[in-house]
Amino acid sequence: MARRTQPVILRFAGLTALLLVLGFTLGTAGALFLAAEPGRGLARSDWSALRFTLVQASLSAVISVVVAVPLARALVRQSFPGRSLVLTLLGAPFLLPVIVAVLGLLAVWGRSGLVSTGLLAIGAERIDIYGLWGVVLAHVFFNLPLVTRILVQGWMAIPAEQFKLAEQLQFSPADMFRHLEMQMLRQSLPGAFTLVFLLCMTSFAVALALGGGPRATTLELAIYQALRFDFDLAHAAMLAGVQFGLCCLVAAVAMFLSLGVDFGAGLGGPVRHKSLRSSQTLMDRTLIVAAVAFLGLPLLMVVVRGITGLIADLPDGMGPATLRSLGVALISALVSLGFALVLAAWLDRLRGPRRWGAEVIGYLGIAASPFVMGTGLFILLNPVISPFSVSLPVTAAVNAVISLPFSLRVLLPAFAQLRQSHGRLGDSLGMSGWSRFRLISWPVLRRPAGFATGLAAALSMGDLGVIALFAPTRGETLPLYIYSLMGAYRMEAAAGAALVLLVSSLALFWLFDRGGRLNAAV
Amino acid sequence: MLRFEKALLRRGTFALNVDLELAKGDRLALIGPSGGGKSSVLDAVAGFLPLGEGRLEINGQDMNDAQPATRPVTFLFQEHNLFPHLTVAQNVGLGIRPNLRLSAEDHQRVTKALAEVDLSDHPHKLPRELSGGQRQRVALARALLRDKPLLLLDEPFAALGPALRREMLDLVARICEETTATLIMVTHQPEDAARIAGLTSVVADGSVSQPLLTEELFKNPPPTLKAYL
Amino acid sequence: MRPIPLCAVALSSLLALPALAAGTPKLTVYTYDSFVAEWGPGPQVEKAFEAVCACDLELIGVEDGAALLSRVRLEGARTEADIVLGIDTTLIEAAKATDLFVPHGLETPELTLPVDWVDETFLPYDWGYFAFVYDKTRLSEVPGSFEALIASDTSIVIQDPRSSTPGLGLLMWLKAVYGDEAAAKWAALAPQVVTVTKGWSEAYGMFLEGEADMVLSYTTSPAYHLIAEEDDSKAAAEFSDGHYMQIEVAGKLASTDQPELADQFLAFMLSAEFQSIIPTTNWMYPANLDPDALPEGFDTLITPETALHFSPQDAEAVKAAALQEWLDALSQ
Repeated sequence: MARRTQPVILRFAGLTALLLVLGFTLGTAGALFLAAEPGRGLARSDWSALRFTLVQASLSAVISVVVAVPLARALVRQSFPGRSLVLTLLGAPFLLPVIVAVLGLLAVWGRSGLVSTGLLAIGAERIDIYGLWGVVLAHVFFNLPLVTRILVQGWMAIPAEQFKLAEQLQFSPADMFRHLEMQMLRQSLPGAFTLVFLLCMTSFAVALALGGGPRATTLELAIYQALRFDFDLAHAAMLAGVQFGLCCLVAAVAMFLSLGVDFGAGLGGPVRHKSLRSSQTLMDRTLIVAAVAFLGLPLLMVVVRGITGLIADLPDGMGPATLRSLGVALISALVSLGFALVLAAWLDRLRGPRRWGAEVIGYLGIAASPFVMGTGLFILLNPVISPFSVSLPVTAAVNAVISLPFSLRVLLPAFAQLRQSHGRLGDSLGMSGWSRFRLISWPVLRRPAGFATGLAAALSMGDLGVIALFAPTRGETLPLYIYSLMGAYRMEAAAGAALVLLVSSLALFWLFDRGGRLNAAV
Repeated sequence: MLRFEKALLRRGTFALNVDLELAKGDRLALIGPSGGGKSSVLDAVAGFLPLGEGRLEINGQDMNDAQPATRPVTFLFQEHNLFPHLTVAQNVGLGIRPNLRLSAEDHQRVTKALAEVDLSDHPHKLPRELSGGQRQRVALARALLRDKPLLLLDEPFAALGPALRREMLDLVARICEETTATLIMVTHQPEDAARIAGLTSVVADGSVSQPLLTEELFKNPPPTLKAYL
Repeated sequence: MRPIPLCAVALSSLLALPALAAGTPKLTVYTYDSFVAEWGPGPQVEKAFEAVCACDLELIGVEDGAALLSRVRLEGARTEADIVLGIDTTLIEAAKATDLFVPHGLETPELTLPVDWVDETFLPYDWGYFAFVYDKTRLSEVPGSFEALIASDTSIVIQDPRSSTPGLGLLMWLKAVYGDEAAAKWAALAPQVVTVTKGWSEAYGMFLEGEADMVLSYTTSPAYHLIAEEDDSKAAAEFSDGHYMQIEVAGKLASTDQPELADQFLAFMLSAEFQSIIPTTNWMYPANLDPDALPEGFDTLITPETALHFSPQDAEAVKAAALQEWLDALSQ
């Protein structure tokens, strides 16, 4: 009896979560569309925005992925002091507010940055990064670490026995790649590519600032223009529809590519490669040093400037803004965890096209334009309730929807493993409901759940008030506060606040990730 | 043909002393409580766990610095002996050439090895389409083809039923005879040891006991073995 | 005669006290974010107005001017706002077209604006000139006009007119100077544009990083560095073509439930008390304050000879075409 009721509850909860995601994404765009007179169709400028969006997102995703593969492998098979620090810092670029990251990047790559200064010193020309390559550079800076983290996890998931077997069978590096790594990559790369592609697709401020001019107009900027400059809601909804369409297409292709790859869980144990050739080791180390320099230098600039800023100018509002951000991030993270657990548990039981469909919908969160989401929610809620009074729940829910694709990536494999390894045991012991979750599921899930929650918390921490329209009086979160400081010429204080944001995001991520691993049996 | 000389195996805080000598064709069972270090002995032989102290010789050659790939060893794990994306025949073929560029003659050898383990009917199936016992038989077919002087078994049949397990052990015994291989197997079951291994050592309390004739050992079990049984 | 009204006033205020405690009337003002920031005019304005109005002034910050108007449009007649403060002249026509605003009904005093102001719906509270700001220690040959700028190799960073007020201001500036030739001038200027940013903050930050010689900002920007940071290295380049103005205005919403309070606030907005808060918090020129009353440091700023400005109607009329010219010229 108990076993029969549980899936009903699960299905109900899963469907509710899915409908919420749909409501926040397609629903908000639909609300915009219905609220307005039919607007103009896609204009010439929209097509060029679409083209630029596709080109920069594809390039950024391809380069991030191509570099991340050898980098992740190097990080997995080399052990060196500070390795875990490097792995933690891989989370940092992703969490920086856009404007802070851009200034950090320019301190290295800009016309007066380190590289140009060095080049001028040796008599060469300074470099000019503005243009498509500047956009790609910034997007790789943001997303390379993310892909690397995902792939490192993938490598760790390859059963240790298979590496031992490969060594015994005298696999060459090429055989190793073909039989072990290629399979893992087939499983995780399409998803990682999709994440990066979608993240770059909705880029706006970075693309514009480093793109060097209106050539670098993305769909997201076109949406902003439609909403704020032209106040053409229907047009904005149409452009948002194009973004959703692209998202579904890319996610579906990715899912098709990663079909039918199945490793099962190994007996564990760390991956050890003893028979690395010295040339491989040299290549790995070079790559790691290069990556640490590429990712670390702009971060270092942010940190150095932040410390100077904190000493020079510490504004009164920073403490409250930090606390407010932490509060929002914690609540968002917990909502997100609940959301993701329910949806992953439900998805894990679905098969075939329904599973595909549901999983693609899970991706919509990152493809959603924050402007469309904010405006659409506003239109939907305003007749019912004062938008100010629901600003916190709305923020938490929006953040949960946005971080859902990341959490699902992490939790779905864990649920599959749970089903394969413990599912029948639990059934045979007649365990169900809460005790089953607590005794069987949670020990397996807490590690990925900790990682996913940490990610969601950090993402919400760095969130720029997706919904500026909902912001209550003087209820600024830290990222908004940073923008306000900059807007008031207080660049030093802004740099200080950016450092506080960076450190607290990383700390939140670390705490949850750590909490998941602490005393974890599995 | 195999000799551990005052060897010390370390894994974290765990340490195991090994002093052991086996002749060609010996079949040794390692028995003892979980966590006693049985698998560590196999890992050390195969080169996955470097010795903390002491020496390891195989066929008179010092193995301390030898990479796993160069050791004359075939290892059968409890699971994951097959690559899930390769067919049965391909998994066996890996034992001849890791890049799977097989000649016609190689293909015949694969077919023959599969026949030996009674799997002639399924060369093109994927591992997930096989039962647990069949999967381990594929791995045994590959061991047969690799024809290495040392065969290491880390409880590959633990998940199988008694009848099937006996059948598999007999298959292992046959392979050892055909290839004149020396066998070291880890087991929890005294009857497994009795069925195929002439010698048995008890791995417990941080050391490996001297190999004794299996039959006599079980007739007169020392205190450590008694506690385990 | 005299004692009676005084008594009446005293009596009425006594009677008003309990009522005040029970339900203080609330005036809600929507404005942009930086107005309500702790260092912005908001906190001081709130304190000063509440001292005289016996009311609760609630200032709500909504991103920027464009978002402000967008929000009021979305809310329509249901809006809680009584007053919208912070849209500028390029948005006035769009704001009027919504029919959400009503005439202020106040007699506009003689304003300290370089241009005449006649509008029955919106009242200005501050204004500024757009200008290119540079660092005296980095740039020695400062262009004195657009022609000189185009002829030089001075690099500039500007804002996107689609997402930023100064960006749109520059569009208007070139249009006001060159009219039909603006497109050609944009094309000539394009190679010197290092990049175009979403907002003012990004552009100004990049300028401070040394990414460009000059940044599009306001003639008042150097006053911030001088007064708040005691740094006199920043200056605004004076262009002989004249400088385009930004005028920021406030208006009363038709749906207000506090029309008298709203009127009182608009009148207060033009009082010396409000106006003297503006220079060092919003870093703009007050719209109704004797120039002698400006804080020290403002006297060092350039004062353009020609003030360029389109009326709201004219601005609305040229906006779309000017944007298209800009897009075409800079997308080459």
